[in-house]
Amino acid sequence: MSDRHDITLRVNGATHHVNVEPRYSLADTLRDACGLTGTHLGCEHGVCGACTVLIDGRATRSCLVFAVQVEGSEIETVEGLAEPDGTLHPLQQAFWEHHGLQCGFCTPGFLMLALGALRENPDMDDEELRDLIASNLCRCTGYQNILTAVRAAADMMRAKAQPAPNP
Amino acid sequence: MSWVGRRLPRLEDPALLTGQGRFVADRAEGALAMAFVRSPLAAGTLTEIEVPPIEAPDSFVFTAADLAGVGAIEAILNRPDYKRVPQPILARNRVVFAGQPVAIALARSRAAAEDLAEQVFADIEPDEPILTFADALADGARAVHPEAPGNVLVEGQLRGEGVDAAFEGAAAIVDVELRSERQSAMPLEARGGVAAFDAGSGRVTLYASVQMPHMLRTGLADVLGIPESDLRVVAPDVGGGFGQKMSLFPEYVALVWAARHLKRNVAWIEDRRENFLGASHARDQRFRAKAAFDSDGRILALDADLLSNVGAFSCYPVTCGVEPLMAFAELPGPYRIAHYAVRSRGVTTNTAMMAPYRGVSRPMLTLTMEQLMDRAARQLGLDPLDIRRRNLICEFPHTSPTGLVHDAGSYVEAMDAAARVADLEDFRQRQTRARAAGRYLGVGVSVFSERSGYGTPAFAARMMEIVPGYETVDCEMDPSGRVTLAIGASPHGQGLKTALAQLAADRLGVTPEDVRVVSGDTDATPYGWGTFASRSMVIAGGASQMASDKVADKLRIAAAQVLECAPDDIELGDGLAKVQGANRTMRIAEIARALHHKSHLFADLTAGLKEQAFYDPAGTFSNACHIAEVEVEPATGGVRVDRFIVVEDAGRLINPLIADGQIAGGVAQGIANALYEELVYDEHGTLLTTSLADYAVPTAFEIPPIDIHHMETISPATVTKAKGLGEGGTIGAPAAVIGAINDALTPFAVAINTMPATPDRVWQALRDARDKAA
Amino acid sequence: MKPAAFAYLKPENLAEALQFVADNADDGKLLAGGQSLVPAMNFRLARPETLIDISGLEALDGVNDRPEALSIGALTRHATFHKPVSDGALGRLLVKVVGHIAHYPIRQRGTFGGSLCHADPAAEWCLVATALDATMRLESSGDARDVPAEAFFRGSFTTALEPNEILTRITIPKLPDATGTGFVEFARRKGDFALAMALTTLHLEGNTIRSARVGLGGVADRALRMTEIEAALVGKPATPETFVTAGQMARDQISPRGDIHGSAEYRRDLGGALLERALAEAAEEARGAVST
Repeated sequence: MSDRHDITLRVNGATHHVNVEPRYSLADTLRDACGLTGTHLGCEHGVCGACTVLIDGRATRSCLVFAVQVEGSEIETVEGLAEPDGTLHPLQQAFWEHHGLQCGFCTPGFLMLALGALRENPDMDDEELRDLIASNLCRCTGYQNILTAVRAAADMMRAKAQPAPNP
Repeated sequence: MSWVGRRLPRLEDPALLTGQGRFVADRAEGALAMAFVRSPLAAGTLTEIEVPPIEAPDSFVFTAADLAGVGAIEAILNRPDYKRVPQPILARNRVVFAGQPVAIALARSRAAAEDLAEQVFADIEPDEPILTFADALADGARAVHPEAPGNVLVEGQLRGEGVDAAFEGAAAIVDVELRSERQSAMPLEARGGVAAFDAGSGRVTLYASVQMPHMLRTGLADVLGIPESDLRVVAPDVGGGFGQKMSLFPEYVALVWAARHLKRNVAWIEDRRENFLGASHARDQRFRAKAAFDSDGRILALDADLLSNVGAFSCYPVTCGVEPLMAFAELPGPYRIAHYAVRSRGVTTNTAMMAPYRGVSRPMLTLTMEQLMDRAARQLGLDPLDIRRRNLICEFPHTSPTGLVHDAGSYVEAMDAAARVADLEDFRQRQTRARAAGRYLGVGVSVFSERSGYGTPAFAARMMEIVPGYETVDCEMDPSGRVTLAIGASPHGQGLKTALAQLAADRLGVTPEDVRVVSGDTDATPYGWGTFASRSMVIAGGASQMASDKVADKLRIAAAQVLECAPDDIELGDGLAKVQGANRTMRIAEIARALHHKSHLFADLTAGLKEQAFYDPAGTFSNACHIAEVEVEPATGGVRVDRFIVVEDAGRLINPLIADGQIAGGVAQGIANALYEELVYDEHGTLLTTSLADYAVPTAFEIPPIDIHHMETISPATVTKAKGLGEGGTIGAPAAVIGAINDALTPFAVAINTMPATPDRVWQALRDARDKAA
Repeated sequence: MKPAAFAYLKPENLAEALQFVADNADDGKLLAGGQSLVPAMNFRLARPETLIDISGLEALDGVNDRPEALSIGALTRHATFHKPVSDGALGRLLVKVVGHIAHYPIRQRGTFGGSLCHADPAAEWCLVATALDATMRLESSGDARDVPAEAFFRGSFTTALEPNEILTRITIPKLPDATGTGFVEFARRKGDFALAMALTTLHLEGNTIRSARVGLGGVADRALRMTEIEAALVGKPATPETFVTAGQMARDQISPRGDIHGSAEYRRDLGGALLERALAEAAEEARGAVST
């Protein structure tokens, strides 16, 4: 029963060959086999959202997906968010400036949640954002600073995506 | 320009934002995984533990029989009324709550350890569980612990002279019976530890998600019977604590024991289900109080009977006195009470151990006082703010009926400021219009004090065997001019490192980025008490400031020698030592290098730049006023918080960005206390809420924006002029929310007396009122 | 909270999936989106010996917008319904409903068919299927049958699906153009399972109700279609009084069970209250639909 599978995962553009039991979640596999411990486990039943990563661009609870299921998928985690030179992503920058984190345990999940959703819809209004941010739990901040940060980042990302208007 | 007072983004954040934080579970690689076998029953005699034959390599099961020589955890309070109940590491002979550790299973992966654990069977002859106050206090009730017949572990009693006379002469007597159901601090990162065994030295380094690393080292060493020098405890990044990570839990003892026994690295990473079952709970209090008022609404006397369920054990080190004795001492809160009578009991039951959770008793005692005020105002036909104004303390220092000394604050002023922001007149108009349209709005006011930053005198007064309170800080400037503060406090999300860096930067003339704060490592920091009880900014901050000042003094003396002036003429700033009124400067880093590498040139100074300071203040009271506006929907019982205003006075703010974050997060937990979160045991003592689907931690949808304002009463009680504010949000918010619900329900003559005010409870209260009217 | 060990099978196509299902009828379990199954496995409340992962079967993903009905592939993810999958009342209703299903990341992966097979009595799609007369296509190796919702849901977490079968498609008849729809649910927190919910459709002539659908969820061991209330509504004016009467009928007809989130009597009353609201919402939409 404890048969193991050799699988290949694509994470943040890099390839990882790992040997896993089918029962190993994507979250555990990222953390234990790929050494990417930025993805956190807060509940392991899909409620808290600390483990949210992108699978083929979709924000997903990585505690509710087995690693064997995502061979061939593109996975993105918090470790891939900043530029290679260390420049923070607008979401990271905004969380920093607006004090959108305290203990930081939930933060990677919120960042990846917002990233996936803003890619799908860069023009979310405040109500849609609040709905979205209600997907994950934070125990420290009371959420308002997270909302403010995601709003600011969304505006920054939209401005970046649009070519500067001609003077 | 001063760094203190700036909304500086935190120095802690870049690592946490990029996935480079290091939490305990991130250090578990290569360690054996440990899982607990936990009692499925609340009470009974443990007759046998059936352990399966173990075939797999690196797999082990251990029970209490294997842990011979390991002591029990014993929290001690030196009061005659206190009953000691030792807490075994693994259950021996009997079990006292569902979730109590019975055995440990170790294997190469957590999954395999769980496979093994579920094959271990504890044979238990069940006893009728004692779960509620009624169960525990009934005549002839079975004793949860043989050491404590009657099931009361601690009891405070006081009956001031004149109480009875005051009630006899009162114009109005108001009484309340209020309840807070059981809750969990629910840090998003559960508990956990990685015990790393070093074969060379025989030492164990325990990385643990805790708030009090030095205390944990002491507790572990005492229970294991080893010297503290054989242990190093490191609290790395910690994913929230809120009090739940203060206590010494048996899980950590078992973990360190296993690492020493197997001479291996062992990891226990608690999962969420375990965290609900086995970690500490909080609240579960029932407060009865009555107050006598004169016809002007002045409170004459207060008489209270307070019950706190302390669960199955007494938490180490603060003991199960923490909730009942805090309630006993602080019930009068910010009000002038001439005559006070109180009986406050800590009652043991077959439920998980209670331990501090942000706020400790004060959410309930604030609710109690504020409901007394609201109901008295209604009875006497007074404005709710007026009745408070007539009773709030306004002369300082003020000594409470239990001898607590309130330093200068702004109780009335903060309330008036909050009322102005809330525009209560406008609200009353909106409320009237809404009622006409069948909608029910309410407003609730909560005025409270937050005792913070208290040192050993306060803890000693509680008669604790272990008296926490002081802090020691080492401040060192290295030859490159960079500063290290080594502190005994142990921040876990508060942003303390940034705030201390701001403090030290101002004293030393450098930038906060030049200041590294080391915490949480017993090998690298002075013995200290960790982070809890709204203490770190005050006490570790005070010690940091004092240690930085000593280094700054030495820098000035050295600079004065080089620049040929008096030390008092040297000003430190912008990385420079400047001679005031002259154009002569020297880089601070140059002085630092010289003091290390050319110390022979400084005849009157010792080499290097390392100083230590110690701070043990008596304590200080912050104060605040919260105002909540809610809408109650009678058809569904649903309550929505529409608006929440805080006027906080925590003295001087070191970093307002961080202070506001603490307040907002605290208020969110207070709203959760008032409306959402509840741990539920069934009649057998089985916990029904073991998931975040059932334990309703609110989301961004339920928590409104918090409108925060500040007042700044400078009190001489602390050297930094800062007061603590970590718990205030959680203390004040429940009373404001419940007060607002009861205001909204005035037309129905309904009062909510139980937290959380779930839709079902609100609906039932309305139905009961309708039935009574019919 | 790690699941018990299991063997993992990933079929290439439906035929292979049906074969795997037949071969593992005793101890196998289908894995679609996994958003309910995997939590249960992590708690070790579900412990299948073999997991047959059909989440990659593209043939079962997607919605066919036919003139008379929507044909929904069982593996269509909840998020597909964030935008209308068809013009008209049904597409609009599904948009209203989907926002109440858990949270955004769960909707990215959870599937329509998976939710129906899980058959949580408080699941939104189960109420949609029941109230709107959906038909489930259940396939097995060499066979297929169509089962109406009424027969498909057998009770709490129980369906007519045999161990060798796979739910492949769900057909929901379209609603007439001028239909107004209402969907209201009440939960303790955003995204939680509802304490109760109501789904209604109304077709008006003037202000007179010509036809109605009424469904309630979370108040019994399965979603309920309230046909007596539907019959009572026909011919009545679409007024608050009518809706209050309907709500009272609902209270009289349901007997929910209580749990830690709400007592039985509370849920009974809530079901009635939400039905009143859902009817009012449907009436308002129907009036708008008529006037445009």
